[in-house]
Amino acid sequence: MKAVLAALFSGALFGIGLAIARMTDPVVVIGFLDVFGDFDPTLAFVLLGATMTTAVAFHFVTRRPRPIAAADFQLPATRTIDLPLVLGAAIFGVGWGLAGYCPGPALVGAGAGAETALLFVPAMIAGGLAHRLVAVRLNRWSASPEIPASRA
Amino acid sequence: MNSWFVALLGGVVIGLSASALLLFNGRIAGVSGIVNGLTRRSAGAEWAWRAAFIAGLVSAGGLAMHLLHQATASPARLPVLLLAGVLVGFGTSLGSGCTSGHGVCGLGRFSRRSFVAVLTFMASAIVTVLLTHHLFGGAA
Repeated sequence: MKAVLAALFSGALFGIGLAIARMTDPVVVIGFLDVFGDFDPTLAFVLLGATMTTAVAFHFVTRRPRPIAAADFQLPATRTIDLPLVLGAAIFGVGWGLAGYCPGPALVGAGAGAETALLFVPAMIAGGLAHRLVAVRLNRWSASPEIPASRA
Repeated sequence: MNSWFVALLGGVVIGLSASALLLFNGRIAGVSGIVNGLTRRSAGAEWAWRAAFIAGLVSAGGLAMHLLHQATASPARLPVLLLAGVLVGFGTSLGSGCTSGHGVCGLGRFSRRSFVAVLTFMASAIVTVLLTHHLFGGAA
């Protein structure tokens, strides 16, 4: 129960942070990506603020023997830079640039009732399922679909 | 307030959220991974924390957007919007992460994989905006 409440709290904080940062407005996001046009660098400060915080906090958190409300830490174990990583990131970037939505802000936008987000989210979930179908068939092309989702 | 200061503040809140999830649940706050985890069969406890995280994200984030009077409409036309959704879902599943998992958490862990992923998706998104908004005159 504690673990579920903690996750609910973290998710809420994440959504509030995205809204404060204006990551949830696709027009702002596309402006940030429009380096060769009407470039708005403000969102770089979002990544700066977030990674500065995680870099310090993760250092101390991972020194603990275990998390507060779970049995163990599950951190990504893969170390190799492989084709699925680079190809997947490249494909993700195309979708991000086309719509101005990445997964978190799209879900928050859907929560706010934004029509474009409500259309985007089911397509995104379908895309994830489509990859898993392909991955089952082409086991060698992608990592095994049995690998935990937390493998960031 | 300065817009860059607000952006920095929003970033810190996001970072605190990811830190809280690691501290309490021992898990990485990667939104694409959490969503994909919900669509597969997994143990009840694993499913429960993921569902709770997404429920908090959608409800509190959606409410915050209303309170902040935020507009949120993608400028992409319907077919492009749906194609973009499929690409984001497929790509983040294949590449094991998105802006949160590789960006916020991976960079904070000084992961080489995440560093490569962030550079790759930033570059491909920048090229995509360049092509659609400038070379093809706002086709998206």
